[in-house]
Amino acid sequence: MTTTAVLAQAQQRLSNAELLADDPLWLTLIKVVVLFIVVMLTLALLVWAERRVLGRLQNRPGPNRAGPFGMLQSIADALKLSLKEDIRPARADKWVYIMAPIIGGIPPFLAMAVMPFGGEVTMFGVQTALQVVDLPVGVLVVLACSSVGVYSIVLAGWSSGSPYPLLGALRSAAQVISYEIAMGLSIVGVVLFAGSLSTADIAAAQSGGWFAWILPISFVIYLISMVGETNRAPFDLPEAESELVGGFHTEYTSLKFLMFFLAEYANMVVVSAFATTLFLGGGAVPWPLSAIADNALSSGYWPLLWFGLKTALLIFGFIWARAALPRLRYDQFMKFGWKVLVPLNLVWIVAVTALRVLRNAEGVTSGQRIVIIGVAVAVLVLGSLLLPGRQVADEEPQVPLAGSGYPLPPLDLTVPTPPRQRRTVRARAEQPREAVTASGKEAGDGNA
Amino acid sequence: MLDPYVPLVLMFVLATAFSAVSVLVAPLIGPRRYNRAKLDSYECGIEPSPQPIVGGGRTPVAYYLTAMLFILFDIEMVFLYPFAVTADALGLFGLVEIALFIATVGFAYAYVWRRGGLDWN
Repeated sequence: MTTTAVLAQAQQRLSNAELLADDPLWLTLIKVVVLFIVVMLTLALLVWAERRVLGRLQNRPGPNRAGPFGMLQSIADALKLSLKEDIRPARADKWVYIMAPIIGGIPPFLAMAVMPFGGEVTMFGVQTALQVVDLPVGVLVVLACSSVGVYSIVLAGWSSGSPYPLLGALRSAAQVISYEIAMGLSIVGVVLFAGSLSTADIAAAQSGGWFAWILPISFVIYLISMVGETNRAPFDLPEAESELVGGFHTEYTSLKFLMFFLAEYANMVVVSAFATTLFLGGGAVPWPLSAIADNALSSGYWPLLWFGLKTALLIFGFIWARAALPRLRYDQFMKFGWKVLVPLNLVWIVAVTALRVLRNAEGVTSGQRIVIIGVAVAVLVLGSLLLPGRQVADEEPQVPLAGSGYPLPPLDLTVPTPPRQRRTVRARAEQPREAVTASGKEAGDGNA
Repeated sequence: MLDPYVPLVLMFVLATAFSAVSVLVAPLIGPRRYNRAKLDSYECGIEPSPQPIVGGGRTPVAYYLTAMLFILFDIEMVFLYPFAVTADALGLFGLVEIALFIATVGFAYAYVWRRGGLDWN
């Protein structure tokens, strides 16, 4: 299919924004409520699925008592949590302490509202789109929501009046804002190709090829930073149990804790759905199936299925990463974000923009293009050769051993020889084993 | 015809209602058994360390630095988005301008890197 044909087809169809503009209020209300309920059910299912998958990955069954396959486990947990005592520490700042979980619970739902689940459908006799709202700045809404989520973390840690939550909150805030930079910059490439900040337009712009193929570096950076952004393993440093107890929500109990828990999982769903929108073609059917009946599986209510499957796949990636990868050290993690992801992103953005300008330029033959690209790559390689190599520190900063005034243990430590009695016991324990194997071998020889 | 932001407002109201109700209702349905130790801040069973009444006392300066850097790069990001939307119309002019802009922020970035602002210990 040529580009003009695609354009003609796109012009025939109304965009999601145009479709949604004529929605009556009652339909919008129904959509909002349905989306809210669907997200809540997804969260309940997700918490159960995570525990089940983690269980299988760790060679144990996982929760399997409440309901079929233990599917009602999260509902049982929520009920149990709601019947627990609500404790507010004496040193907590009352109102901020109460506000923090409320603030945390709101933004993920707002972000889900701009996700383009699909295109044109007819709902209750009204022509509309499978999306709650399509704004010209949809991408910014999602980013803004993830930023507001940081407030909940910082306020929770600050207002608890306790050292562990405070440290957890600081870490978490530093981590989320660092990875938000990487995340935001990786979206620039997508916006460049789509020419729009509306989520529905971005999903529609991928009919010719998913941005995951066109912008692989952006996609990989997004995938890494979305894990950092949501404080999930292996980047779950704010909740490092071995260092910080529970992180920013250490002092929270009952339903307040549940709100933080929900917000974390809802954020996972949001970033996965956002990745689906930006890089995996939104509700478009994957390649081999898209050939069926001229892309019929991408119309009507079908996109819900594909969108859900792609999002579920990404969420499975989250769980898999948690089971497979150990937690990073904090300095390594921050270093990776600031010293690798950010510069890589900036170079990639300039390179993609340059390639695009070159492609759109008139009067440049393909031979000239190759020469220009070659020169640019050569300049980059030469430039990278000029960069100073890694500096090897001559002297490791050392604590002065002598004369520091601190009591020091003896520094020439060797493993002491065990007392005679234990030595003889060990020798006796080792001897018969050798004798057994030796006799066994002899017996085997004899049989042969 | 509705204002395009109305659905977002509706969603906001619904989400706020849900989280506010569940947070505010929690003290009403849960049991209440007073215990002084329960209201202390949790420090793995030891006596809570003394702390200033507001805030948590001193925080490592590296966090402030990260916040400053975040603002710097967030502004860069905010400028890159409108550029990305109109990049095709701007053509070569836009490319040169944005390369200069990224280079300008790059100087600040290189400076911070060189001075050890990105190192954690």
